[in-house]
Amino acid sequence: MRVALFVTCVNDTLFPRTGQAVVTLLERLGVTVDFPEEQSCCGQAQFNTGYRRETEPLVRRFARAFHGYDHIVTPSGSCAAMVRDNYPRIGARASAEGRDRGLASVAASVVPRTYELTEFLVDVLGVTDVGAYYPHAVTYHPTCHGLRMLGLGERPRRLLSAVRGLDLVDLPGAEECCGFGGTFAMKNEAVSAAMGADKARHIEGTGAAAVCTVDNSCQMHIGGTLSRLGSSVRPVHLAEILASTEDEQW
Amino acid sequence: MSGTYLGMPAFPTAAASATRDGQLRANLTHATHTIRDKRARAVAELPDWALLREAGAAIKDRTLRHLDGYLERLEAAVTAAGGQVHWAEDAEAANRIVTDLVLATGEREVVKVKSMATQEIGLNAALERAGVRAYETDLAELIVQLGDDLPSHILVPAIHRNRTEIRDIFRERMAEWGRAAPEGLSDRPADLAEAARLHLRQKFLDAKVAVSGANFMVAETGTMVVVESEGNGRMCLTLPETLISVVGIEKVVPSWRDLEVFLQLLPRSSTAERMNPYTSMWTGTTDDDGPRAFHLVLLDNGRTDTLADTVGRQALRCIRCSACLNVCPVYERAGGHAYGSAYPGPIGAILTPQLRGVGSELDASLPYASSLCGACYEVCPVAIDIPEVLVHLRERVVEGGEVTRNGRRVRIRPARGHAAERAAMRAARWTLDHPGVLRAGQRLAGRMRGLQPRRLPGPGRAWTASRDLPPLPAEPFREWWRRTRGEQREAGR
Ligand code: SF4
Repeated sequence: MRVALFVTCVNDTLFPRTGQAVVTLLERLGVTVDFPEEQSCCGQAQFNTGYRRETEPLVRRFARAFHGYDHIVTPSGSCAAMVRDNYPRIGARASAEGRDRGLASVAASVVPRTYELTEFLVDVLGVTDVGAYYPHAVTYHPTCHGLRMLGLGERPRRLLSAVRGLDLVDLPGAEECCGFGGTFAMKNEAVSAAMGADKARHIEGTGAAAVCTVDNSCQMHIGGTLSRLGSSVRPVHLAEILASTEDEQW
Repeated sequence: MSGTYLGMPAFPTAAASATRDGQLRANLTHATHTIRDKRARAVAELPDWALLREAGAAIKDRTLRHLDGYLERLEAAVTAAGGQVHWAEDAEAANRIVTDLVLATGEREVVKVKSMATQEIGLNAALERAGVRAYETDLAELIVQLGDDLPSHILVPAIHRNRTEIRDIFRERMAEWGRAAPEGLSDRPADLAEAARLHLRQKFLDAKVAVSGANFMVAETGTMVVVESEGNGRMCLTLPETLISVVGIEKVVPSWRDLEVFLQLLPRSSTAERMNPYTSMWTGTTDDDGPRAFHLVLLDNGRTDTLADTVGRQALRCIRCSACLNVCPVYERAGGHAYGSAYPGPIGAILTPQLRGVGSELDASLPYASSLCGACYEVCPVAIDIPEVLVHLRERVVEGGEVTRNGRRVRIRPARGHAAERAAMRAARWTLDHPGVLRAGQRLAGRMRGLQPRRLPGPGRAWTASRDLPPLPAEPFREWWRRTRGEQREAGR
């Protein structure tokens, strides 16, 4: 089984600990992980802002970088959703409009091999107890793309429930968007901030020490809001919790 | 808020001021959360909801594909039943047709059933210019009209008002429009409803002309269908001598049997009722019963242009249930008025820029009035992929391209004010397509991280206005990989 890590540009640049946690975790589970250095970004920000054609070279690059791997694993629900939902659309349009006739099949080829981390753990490896230890009260925010586009369902919560020492606390209004939305956070700053403030209030209300997500970009928004409000609740990516053991606290 | 959408500021500006209105936020949050929870329960009762939703989408899609044929069949059936059909290609034409029809009756007052189509075309103002006064008879529409306000929700146009505000509006304004509010009116819902009932009863008994919309039109029989909760609409539809219905051309369904699907989807999705309390249906005219004259004004107003867009046309499936508004976190904070149209919320964000084009600053900002969270798509009873259409329309805003306008293919230019963003996106794409450059940038940023400011200047200000930045790591993932895994992997090859 050849497994490649797609680390995403946000992880790579701002949250490298998440990527390191994924590698550590998968290696602990006996998976050999590779990191094709030719990879860059899935193009989600461009695509969602209306620059579809700008994403076409990135789709091609993605397919080239991950050619030959059985599984492409990424610790980002929204990037996995971008590949699965939008790559076929982008490829089909590029082919239909005569810019890049082969892109439809290139884009389609990566779709069935791309997994968000929790899907890979639960569906491919068939594990829910990864042997982690994390002695804290944690609340879980299901990010919108993971929840609605990928349909991750109970996978993240099942993984969290199996972590020793972890006290999983319910988050009121969990399924409501945190207000990040990519460039939405800048273009509609006031509404985004109002959504973020409500999310932060709910998180604070749980009394948890950490709020867990499967997406660093939402985490950046939630964490930035909590920090600005002077909260002590720590944003943490699920991979970092799963990588934690009694020997190595992440 | 004065009664016009013209000259509205772009969405972010209007929404920002709405987020600062604590009363508005509280009214909207309370109302939308109550109805969304009830809706979820009503929908969960039907084990075949997913199939119904699929059927609803399929019927609408099929009808839209053959819209011309169904409309012709409808016209023939309405005419055969004693009605008259008028075709209106835009708002101006529709307003002119209705005004002329009203004036021809010699009347100067009309009663109205709540109707989105007449809101869309600004019929009340057009009638007023011709010296005709239109009385809204839906309770929430009445509140909006008396308050010299604009509707802010498809189903509950006065959702932004609480009952104390409504009592004050009734006390202060009812007398000008007809029967005054009773002395010492309280803000109990039952008392408010009673005040409205007394006020409206007089209108129903006096009115000779009524104006309505329709939720559905059945092509095979020429039947109009209005569903409602209050029964006021039925009074308008049966008591006057002349009935004029203004209906968007996308509201046609082929056959009577198709109603079966929509009369299940609509009430549960909109009011969380298993069945709506009043379903009124009429076909042309009938001797000695109901209106003597029936006119159907079929409204295009950008709909055939929308139909020409293969991605955007799904917006025409909409049955105006308002479920997408009630789950939308942006609508909840921004309020309905920020959308500057009779259609607020997620559906408004995709319908308005298609019906009106993306020429104005407001219309060009609407496709961005969403975090793309997908909650609207999840609840839509006819499965309109609103996020997909939003992204599609964003492309139209920033890149321009081919669209159909007034029936002709034209190439539109990108909306103004996006040049800097376009340049930034292209530069970012170039960098991302050259990982070596990306790596160099990351290393530079890592070395400069001590200089990271708390508030950013320029476009970054929109981020740091309300959020802190994450601390820049000393080492990006790429570097860590090279340092810890790179060589051994190279060796292993
Ligand atoms: S878009 Fe869908 S959910 Fe929204 S009002 Fe129309 S039918 Fe209802």
